[in-house]
Amino acid sequence: MITIQKYIRVQSLEEAWELNQKKNNRILGGMLWLKMGRANVNTAIDLCDLGLEKIEESDDAFSIGTSVTLRQLEMHKGLNTYTCGAVREALSSIVGVQFRNMATIGGSIWGRFGFSDVLTVFLTMDCYVELYKGGIVPLPDFAVMKRDRDLLVRLIVKKTPAKFVYTSMRNQRTDFPVLACGVGYVNDEYRVSVGARPGQAMLLRDTDGILANGISLSASDAFAAFAAEAIPTGSNVRASAAYRTHLIRVLVSRALTELGGL
Amino acid sequence: MEITLMLNGKKITANVEADTILLDFLRSKGCLSVKRGCETSGCGLCTVLMDGKPILSCSTLAVRADGHEIFTLEGLRDEASDFVDFIADQGADQCGFCNPGMVMNTIALLRENPDPTDDQIRAFLAGNLCRCSGYDGQLRGIRNYLNSRNI
Repeated sequence: MITIQKYIRVQSLEEAWELNQKKNNRILGGMLWLKMGRANVNTAIDLCDLGLEKIEESDDAFSIGTSVTLRQLEMHKGLNTYTCGAVREALSSIVGVQFRNMATIGGSIWGRFGFSDVLTVFLTMDCYVELYKGGIVPLPDFAVMKRDRDLLVRLIVKKTPAKFVYTSMRNQRTDFPVLACGVGYVNDEYRVSVGARPGQAMLLRDTDGILANGISLSASDAFAAFAAEAIPTGSNVRASAAYRTHLIRVLVSRALTELGGL
Repeated sequence: MEITLMLNGKKITANVEADTILLDFLRSKGCLSVKRGCETSGCGLCTVLMDGKPILSCSTLAVRADGHEIFTLEGLRDEASDFVDFIADQGADQCGFCNPGMVMNTIALLRENPDPTDDQIRAFLAGNLCRCSGYDGQLRGIRNYLNSRNI
Protein backbone atom coordinates (compact mmCIF):
# COMPACT_ATOMS: atom_id res chain seq x y z
CA MET A 1 0.00 0.00 0.00
CA ILE A 2 1.16 3.51 -0.68
CA THR A 3 0.20 6.74 0.95
CA ILE A 4 0.65 10.12 -0.71
CA GLN A 5 0.65 13.41 1.17
CA LYS A 6 0.74 15.84 -1.76
CA TYR A 7 0.16 15.69 -5.50
CA ILE A 8 1.66 18.23 -7.87
CA ARG A 9 1.28 18.63 -11.62
CA VAL A 10 4.60 20.24 -12.39
CA GLN A 11 4.88 22.97 -15.01
CA SER A 12 8.51 22.42 -15.99
CA LEU A 13 11.15 19.71 -16.02
CA GLU A 14 13.24 21.83 -13.66
CA GLU A 15 10.40 21.89 -11.13
CA ALA A 16 10.04 18.11 -11.46
CA TRP A 17 13.78 17.57 -11.07
CA GLU A 18 14.00 19.78 -7.99
CA LEU A 19 11.08 18.03 -6.30
CA ASN A 20 12.50 14.64 -7.24
CA GLN A 21 15.74 15.28 -5.35
CA LYS A 22 13.92 14.60 -2.09
CA LYS A 23 14.02 10.94 -1.17
CA ASN A 24 10.36 10.65 -0.23
CA ASN A 25 9.06 12.23 -3.42
CA ARG A 26 8.21 10.15 -6.48
CA ILE A 27 7.69 10.75 -10.17
CA LEU A 28 4.44 9.15 -11.33
CA GLY A 29 4.48 7.04 -14.46
CA GLY A 30 1.47 4.82 -15.04
CA MET A 31 1.56 4.11 -11.28
CA LEU A 32 1.00 0.41 -11.89
CA TRP A 33 4.20 -0.81 -10.32
CA LEU A 34 4.41 1.96 -7.73
CA LYS A 35 1.00 1.04 -6.39
CA MET A 36 2.04 -2.57 -5.88
CA GLY A 37 4.71 -1.62 -3.37
CA ARG A 38 4.75 -0.10 0.07
CA ALA A 39 5.74 3.53 0.28
CA ASN A 40 4.96 6.69 2.15
CA VAL A 41 5.27 9.27 -0.60
CA ASN A 42 5.52 12.86 0.43
CA THR A 43 4.95 14.47 -2.97
CA ALA A 44 3.74 12.62 -6.04
CA ILE A 45 5.10 14.42 -9.09
CA ASP A 46 2.91 14.23 -12.19
CA LEU A 47 4.46 15.16 -15.55
CA CYS A 48 1.12 15.15 -17.38
CA ASP A 49 1.16 18.90 -18.16
CA LEU A 50 4.56 18.82 -19.90
CA GLY A 51 3.43 17.60 -23.32
CA LEU A 52 5.49 14.42 -23.08
CA GLU A 53 2.66 12.12 -24.17
CA LYS A 54 3.51 12.38 -27.88
CA ILE A 55 5.40 10.24 -30.38
CA GLU A 56 7.09 12.54 -32.89
CA GLU A 57 8.42 11.05 -36.10
CA SER A 58 11.01 12.79 -38.23
CA ASP A 59 12.99 11.61 -41.26
CA ASP A 60 15.68 10.06 -39.10
CA ALA A 61 14.18 9.22 -35.71
CA PHE A 62 11.20 8.63 -33.45
CA SER A 63 11.09 10.83 -30.38
CA ILE A 64 8.94 9.18 -27.72
CA GLY A 65 7.92 11.32 -24.74
CA THR A 66 8.27 9.73 -21.32
CA SER A 67 4.49 9.81 -20.74
CA VAL A 68 3.64 7.93 -23.94
CA THR A 69 1.65 4.82 -23.05
CA LEU A 70 2.46 1.30 -24.15
CA ARG A 71 -0.83 1.27 -26.05
CA GLN A 72 0.22 4.33 -28.07
CA LEU A 73 3.44 2.52 -29.01
CA GLU A 74 1.55 -0.66 -29.87
CA MET A 75 -0.77 1.27 -32.20
CA HIS A 76 1.78 3.60 -33.82
CA LYS A 77 1.94 2.79 -37.51
CA GLY A 78 5.31 4.40 -38.22
CA LEU A 79 7.09 2.74 -35.32
CA ASN A 80 5.62 -0.65 -36.12
CA THR A 81 6.49 -0.34 -39.79
CA TYR A 82 10.07 0.54 -38.90
CA THR A 83 10.37 -2.28 -36.35
CA CYS A 84 8.67 -4.86 -38.59
CA GLY A 85 5.90 -5.19 -35.96
CA ALA A 86 8.37 -6.06 -33.20
CA VAL A 87 7.13 -3.33 -30.87
CA ARG A 88 3.50 -4.46 -31.28
CA GLU A 89 4.51 -8.07 -30.72
CA ALA A 90 6.47 -7.17 -27.60
CA LEU A 91 3.73 -5.09 -26.01
CA SER A 92 0.49 -6.78 -27.00
CA SER A 93 0.74 -9.55 -24.39
CA ILE A 94 1.32 -7.21 -21.47
CA VAL A 95 -1.75 -7.73 -19.25
CA GLY A 96 -4.65 -6.02 -21.06
CA VAL A 97 -5.54 -2.97 -23.11
CA GLN A 98 -6.56 -1.04 -19.99
CA PHE A 99 -3.17 -1.69 -18.40
CA ARG A 100 -1.34 -0.64 -21.56
CA ASN A 101 -3.41 2.55 -21.70
CA MET A 102 -1.85 3.47 -18.36
CA ALA A 103 1.69 2.05 -18.32
CA THR A 104 4.17 4.55 -19.73
CA ILE A 105 7.38 4.11 -21.65
CA GLY A 106 9.14 6.29 -19.10
CA GLY A 107 8.02 4.17 -16.17
CA SER A 108 8.93 0.95 -17.96
CA ILE A 109 12.36 2.01 -19.15
CA TRP A 110 13.29 3.93 -15.99
CA GLY A 111 12.32 0.91 -13.87
CA ARG A 112 14.66 -1.38 -15.82
CA PHE A 113 12.49 -4.25 -14.62
CA GLY A 114 13.75 -7.78 -15.07
CA PHE A 115 10.47 -8.95 -16.58
CA SER A 116 10.27 -6.08 -19.05
CA ASP A 117 9.32 -6.81 -22.64
CA VAL A 118 9.71 -3.07 -23.22
CA LEU A 119 13.40 -2.84 -22.32
CA THR A 120 14.08 -6.10 -24.16
CA VAL A 121 12.66 -4.92 -27.48
CA PHE A 122 14.15 -1.43 -27.43
CA LEU A 123 17.62 -2.78 -26.57
CA THR A 124 17.78 -4.32 -30.03
CA MET A 125 17.44 -0.89 -31.67
CA ASP A 126 19.67 2.12 -32.24
CA CYS A 127 18.03 3.66 -29.21
CA TYR A 128 18.88 6.38 -26.68
CA VAL A 129 17.36 7.90 -23.59
CA GLU A 130 17.32 11.63 -23.00
CA LEU A 131 17.89 12.40 -19.34
CA TYR A 132 17.12 15.89 -18.02
CA LYS A 133 20.55 16.36 -16.42
CA GLY A 134 22.44 13.42 -17.88
CA GLY A 135 21.87 14.22 -21.54
CA ILE A 136 21.52 11.62 -24.26
CA VAL A 137 22.72 8.15 -23.29
CA PRO A 138 22.65 4.95 -25.39
CA LEU A 139 19.96 2.65 -23.98
CA PRO A 140 22.36 -0.27 -23.33
CA ASP A 141 24.51 2.08 -21.20
CA PHE A 142 21.46 3.44 -19.39
CA ALA A 143 20.26 -0.08 -18.65
CA VAL A 144 23.32 -0.75 -16.50
CA MET A 145 23.74 2.74 -15.04
CA LYS A 146 23.52 3.23 -11.30
CA ARG A 147 20.06 4.49 -10.41
CA ASP A 148 19.91 8.17 -9.53
CA ARG A 149 17.27 10.89 -9.25
CA ASP A 150 17.51 12.30 -12.77
CA LEU A 151 14.46 12.43 -15.06
CA LEU A 152 13.87 10.41 -18.17
CA VAL A 153 12.48 12.90 -20.68
CA ARG A 154 12.15 10.84 -23.82
CA LEU A 155 13.31 7.79 -25.72
CA ILE A 156 14.91 8.32 -29.12
CA VAL A 157 14.84 5.55 -31.70
CA LYS A 158 17.01 6.34 -34.70
CA LYS A 159 15.77 5.12 -38.05
CA THR A 160 18.99 3.31 -38.76
CA PRO A 161 18.44 0.74 -41.56
CA ALA A 162 17.34 -2.34 -39.66
CA LYS A 163 15.15 -5.40 -39.34
CA PHE A 164 13.71 -6.73 -36.09
CA VAL A 165 11.97 -9.79 -34.70
CA TYR A 166 10.53 -10.21 -31.20
CA THR A 167 9.29 -13.32 -29.50
CA SER A 168 8.60 -14.45 -25.97
CA MET A 169 7.51 -17.49 -24.02
CA ARG A 170 4.71 -17.15 -21.47
CA ASN A 171 3.07 -19.75 -19.30
CA GLN A 172 -0.17 -17.91 -19.91
CA ARG A 173 -1.20 -14.95 -22.04
CA THR A 174 -1.03 -11.65 -20.11
CA ASP A 175 1.42 -13.07 -17.54
CA PHE A 176 5.05 -11.93 -17.24
CA PRO A 177 7.23 -13.67 -19.81
CA VAL A 178 9.22 -16.73 -18.81
CA LEU A 179 11.77 -15.50 -21.33
CA ALA A 180 11.74 -12.61 -23.78
CA CYS A 181 13.91 -12.34 -26.86
CA GLY A 182 14.46 -9.59 -29.40
CA VAL A 183 16.82 -9.72 -32.35
CA GLY A 184 17.84 -6.94 -34.67
CA TYR A 185 20.04 -6.45 -37.69
CA VAL A 186 21.02 -2.83 -37.26
CA ASN A 187 23.52 -1.10 -39.50
CA ASP A 188 25.07 -4.42 -40.56
CA GLU A 189 25.31 -5.59 -36.95
CA TYR A 190 23.34 -8.38 -35.27
CA ARG A 191 22.00 -7.57 -31.83
CA VAL A 192 20.26 -10.08 -29.57
CA SER A 193 18.49 -9.03 -26.41
CA VAL A 194 17.25 -11.51 -23.83
CA GLY A 195 14.98 -10.44 -20.99
CA ALA A 196 13.05 -12.03 -18.12
CA ARG A 197 16.08 -14.24 -17.44
CA PRO A 198 14.50 -13.39 -14.89
CA GLY A 199 17.04 -10.60 -14.43
CA GLN A 200 17.19 -7.41 -16.46
CA ALA A 201 17.46 -7.77 -20.23
CA MET A 202 20.98 -8.25 -21.60
CA LEU A 203 22.22 -7.25 -25.02
CA LEU A 204 24.52 -9.65 -26.85
CA ARG A 205 26.47 -8.78 -29.98
CA ASP A 206 28.11 -11.11 -32.46
CA THR A 207 31.62 -10.58 -31.11
CA ASP A 208 32.83 -13.95 -32.43
CA GLY A 209 31.55 -13.42 -35.98
CA ILE A 210 29.25 -16.43 -35.86
CA LEU A 211 26.80 -14.63 -38.14
CA ALA A 212 29.48 -12.93 -40.22
CA ASN A 213 28.39 -14.76 -43.35
CA GLY A 214 24.70 -14.09 -42.75
CA ILE A 215 21.95 -16.18 -41.25
CA SER A 216 21.72 -19.87 -42.06
CA LEU A 217 20.08 -22.60 -40.02
CA SER A 218 23.43 -23.77 -38.71
CA ALA A 219 24.64 -20.23 -37.96
CA SER A 220 21.38 -19.49 -36.08
CA ASP A 221 21.80 -22.62 -34.00
CA ALA A 222 25.45 -21.80 -33.33
CA PHE A 223 24.62 -18.27 -32.21
CA ALA A 224 21.77 -19.55 -30.07
CA ALA A 225 24.17 -21.96 -28.36
CA PHE A 226 26.61 -19.09 -27.83
CA ALA A 227 23.81 -16.98 -26.33
CA ALA A 228 22.69 -19.78 -24.01
CA GLU A 229 26.22 -20.05 -22.69
CA ALA A 230 26.86 -16.30 -22.41
CA ILE A 231 23.60 -15.18 -20.82
CA PRO A 232 23.09 -16.08 -17.17
CA THR A 233 19.65 -17.26 -16.08
CA GLY A 234 17.96 -17.78 -12.75
CA SER A 235 14.99 -19.57 -11.27
CA ASN A 236 11.75 -18.15 -9.96
CA VAL A 237 8.13 -19.20 -9.64
CA ARG A 238 7.65 -19.23 -13.42
CA ALA A 239 10.58 -21.39 -14.50
CA SER A 240 13.92 -22.85 -13.54
CA ALA A 241 17.26 -21.52 -14.69
CA ALA A 242 17.86 -24.69 -16.73
CA TYR A 243 14.55 -24.28 -18.54
CA ARG A 244 15.31 -20.64 -19.30
CA THR A 245 18.73 -21.54 -20.66
CA HIS A 246 17.04 -24.11 -22.89
CA LEU A 247 14.53 -21.46 -23.99
CA ILE A 248 17.34 -19.08 -24.92
CA ARG A 249 18.57 -21.63 -27.45
CA VAL A 250 15.08 -22.14 -28.83
CA LEU A 251 13.90 -18.52 -28.99
CA VAL A 252 17.16 -17.02 -30.24
CA SER A 253 17.42 -19.62 -32.97
CA ARG A 254 13.78 -19.13 -34.01
CA ALA A 255 14.05 -15.35 -33.99
CA LEU A 256 17.27 -15.32 -36.00
CA THR A 257 15.80 -17.77 -38.50
CA GLU A 258 12.77 -15.51 -38.92
CA LEU A 259 15.01 -12.46 -39.19
CA GLY A 260 16.91 -14.17 -41.98
CA GLY A 261 13.69 -15.03 -43.80
CA LEU A 262 14.39 -18.77 -43.63
CA MET B 1 -7.46 18.75 -3.10
CA GLU B 2 -10.29 20.05 -5.25
CA ILE B 3 -10.90 18.26 -8.53
CA THR B 4 -13.35 18.96 -11.31
CA LEU B 5 -14.26 16.36 -13.87
CA MET B 6 -17.05 15.24 -16.14
CA LEU B 7 -18.59 12.09 -14.68
CA ASN B 8 -21.09 10.32 -16.90
CA GLY B 9 -21.78 13.56 -18.73
CA LYS B 10 -22.18 15.75 -15.66
CA LYS B 11 -19.64 18.22 -14.35
CA ILE B 12 -18.76 17.55 -10.74
CA THR B 13 -16.37 19.15 -8.28
CA ALA B 14 -15.16 17.35 -5.19
CA ASN B 15 -12.48 17.38 -2.54
CA VAL B 16 -10.25 14.32 -2.40
CA GLU B 17 -7.10 13.26 -0.63
CA ALA B 18 -3.93 13.06 -2.74
CA ASP B 19 -3.95 9.27 -2.50
CA THR B 20 -7.66 8.65 -3.03
CA ILE B 21 -8.01 5.94 -5.65
CA LEU B 22 -10.37 6.70 -8.53
CA LEU B 23 -12.28 3.47 -7.86
CA ASP B 24 -13.15 4.60 -4.32
CA PHE B 25 -14.02 8.08 -5.52
CA LEU B 26 -16.39 6.76 -8.18
CA ARG B 27 -18.11 4.38 -5.78
CA SER B 28 -18.54 7.25 -3.31
CA LYS B 29 -20.36 9.08 -6.10
CA GLY B 30 -22.80 6.21 -6.52
CA CYS B 31 -21.12 4.44 -9.42
CA LEU B 32 -21.38 0.98 -7.89
CA SER B 33 -20.79 -0.82 -11.19
CA VAL B 34 -17.10 -0.04 -10.60
CA LYS B 35 -15.90 -2.95 -8.51
CA ARG B 36 -12.79 -3.83 -6.57
CA GLY B 37 -11.26 -7.07 -7.81
CA CYS B 38 -7.59 -7.97 -7.77
CA GLU B 39 -6.28 -4.47 -7.00
CA THR B 40 -3.10 -5.48 -8.81
CA SER B 41 -4.13 -4.08 -12.21
CA GLY B 42 -4.69 -7.53 -13.60
CA CYS B 43 -8.40 -8.40 -13.67
CA GLY B 44 -10.15 -5.53 -15.48
CA LEU B 45 -13.07 -5.49 -13.06
CA CYS B 46 -12.66 -1.80 -12.28
CA THR B 47 -12.52 -0.66 -15.93
CA VAL B 48 -13.84 2.82 -16.68
CA LEU B 49 -13.35 5.08 -19.68
CA MET B 50 -11.13 8.11 -19.23
CA ASP B 51 -11.39 10.44 -22.22
CA GLY B 52 -12.81 7.46 -24.11
CA LYS B 53 -10.00 5.04 -23.29
CA PRO B 54 -10.42 2.06 -20.98
CA ILE B 55 -8.31 2.31 -17.84
CA LEU B 56 -8.12 0.59 -14.47
CA SER B 57 -9.67 2.77 -11.80
CA CYS B 58 -8.08 0.67 -9.02
CA SER B 59 -4.66 1.94 -10.07
CA THR B 60 -5.50 5.55 -10.91
CA LEU B 61 -5.40 8.43 -8.47
CA ALA B 62 -8.63 10.40 -8.38
CA VAL B 63 -6.58 13.61 -8.69
CA ARG B 64 -5.36 12.40 -12.08
CA ALA B 65 -8.96 12.52 -13.31
CA ASP B 66 -9.04 16.27 -12.69
CA GLY B 67 -9.95 18.00 -15.95
CA HIS B 68 -10.86 14.72 -17.66
CA GLU B 69 -14.02 12.92 -18.69
CA ILE B 70 -14.90 9.66 -16.93
CA PHE B 71 -17.61 7.26 -17.95
CA THR B 72 -18.73 4.27 -15.90
CA LEU B 73 -21.34 1.74 -16.91
CA GLU B 74 -24.00 3.90 -15.22
CA GLY B 75 -23.45 6.48 -17.94
CA LEU B 76 -23.31 4.05 -20.85
CA ARG B 77 -26.35 1.88 -20.24
CA ASP B 78 -27.92 2.60 -23.62
CA GLU B 79 -24.74 1.76 -25.51
CA ALA B 80 -24.28 -1.42 -23.46
CA SER B 81 -27.88 -2.50 -23.87
CA ASP B 82 -27.21 -3.09 -27.56
CA PHE B 83 -25.14 -6.20 -26.84
CA VAL B 84 -25.48 -7.36 -23.21
CA ASP B 85 -28.56 -9.45 -23.96
CA PHE B 86 -26.56 -11.40 -26.53
CA ILE B 87 -23.99 -12.19 -23.84
CA ALA B 88 -26.71 -13.16 -21.36
CA ASP B 89 -28.29 -15.42 -24.00
CA GLN B 90 -25.08 -17.44 -23.99
CA GLY B 91 -25.18 -17.85 -20.21
CA ALA B 92 -21.98 -15.86 -20.09
CA ASP B 93 -23.07 -13.53 -17.34
CA GLN B 94 -23.28 -16.26 -14.64
CA CYS B 95 -22.43 -14.58 -11.33
CA GLY B 96 -22.11 -11.24 -13.09
CA PHE B 97 -19.28 -9.91 -10.99
CA CYS B 98 -16.90 -9.37 -13.91
CA ASN B 99 -19.62 -8.09 -16.24
CA PRO B 100 -19.34 -4.32 -15.76
CA GLY B 101 -15.61 -4.33 -16.51
CA MET B 102 -16.03 -6.65 -19.47
CA VAL B 103 -18.93 -4.60 -20.85
CA MET B 104 -16.96 -1.35 -20.49
CA ASN B 105 -14.01 -2.83 -22.33
CA THR B 106 -16.30 -4.25 -25.02
CA ILE B 107 -17.72 -0.76 -25.54
CA ALA B 108 -14.16 0.54 -25.96
CA LEU B 109 -13.38 -2.28 -28.40
CA LEU B 110 -16.46 -1.66 -30.57
CA ARG B 111 -15.82 2.08 -30.67
CA GLU B 112 -12.25 1.47 -31.82
CA ASN B 113 -13.01 -1.44 -34.10
CA PRO B 114 -16.70 -1.83 -35.00
CA ASP B 115 -16.19 -5.15 -36.78
CA PRO B 116 -13.52 -7.11 -34.94
CA THR B 117 -12.47 -10.66 -35.70
CA ASP B 118 -12.68 -13.30 -32.99
CA ASP B 119 -8.93 -13.03 -32.42
CA GLN B 120 -9.21 -9.25 -32.10
CA ILE B 121 -12.00 -9.67 -29.55
CA ARG B 122 -9.94 -12.16 -27.55
CA ALA B 123 -6.89 -9.88 -27.65
CA PHE B 124 -8.80 -6.75 -26.61
CA LEU B 125 -10.60 -8.49 -23.76
CA ALA B 126 -7.53 -10.39 -22.54
CA GLY B 127 -7.29 -8.07 -19.55
CA ASN B 128 -10.77 -8.98 -18.28
CA LEU B 129 -10.76 -12.07 -16.12
CA CYS B 130 -13.84 -14.21 -15.51
CA ARG B 131 -13.74 -17.03 -12.99
CA CYS B 132 -17.05 -18.77 -13.62
CA SER B 133 -18.46 -18.65 -17.13
CA GLY B 134 -15.23 -18.94 -19.04
CA TYR B 135 -14.60 -16.83 -22.07
CA ASP B 136 -16.18 -18.69 -24.96
CA GLY B 137 -19.69 -17.67 -23.97
CA GLN B 138 -18.69 -14.01 -23.88
CA LEU B 139 -17.06 -14.38 -27.27
CA ARG B 140 -20.12 -16.13 -28.72
CA GLY B 141 -22.38 -13.39 -27.35
CA ILE B 142 -20.33 -10.60 -28.87
CA ARG B 143 -20.05 -12.53 -32.14
CA ASN B 144 -23.82 -13.06 -32.27
CA TYR B 145 -24.37 -9.36 -31.66
CA LEU B 146 -21.97 -8.44 -34.45
CA ASN B 147 -23.59 -10.96 -36.80
CA SER B 148 -27.04 -9.56 -35.99
CA ARG B 149 -25.85 -6.10 -37.00
CA ASN B 150 -24.50 -7.38 -40.28
CA ILE B 151 -27.72 -9.06 -41.39
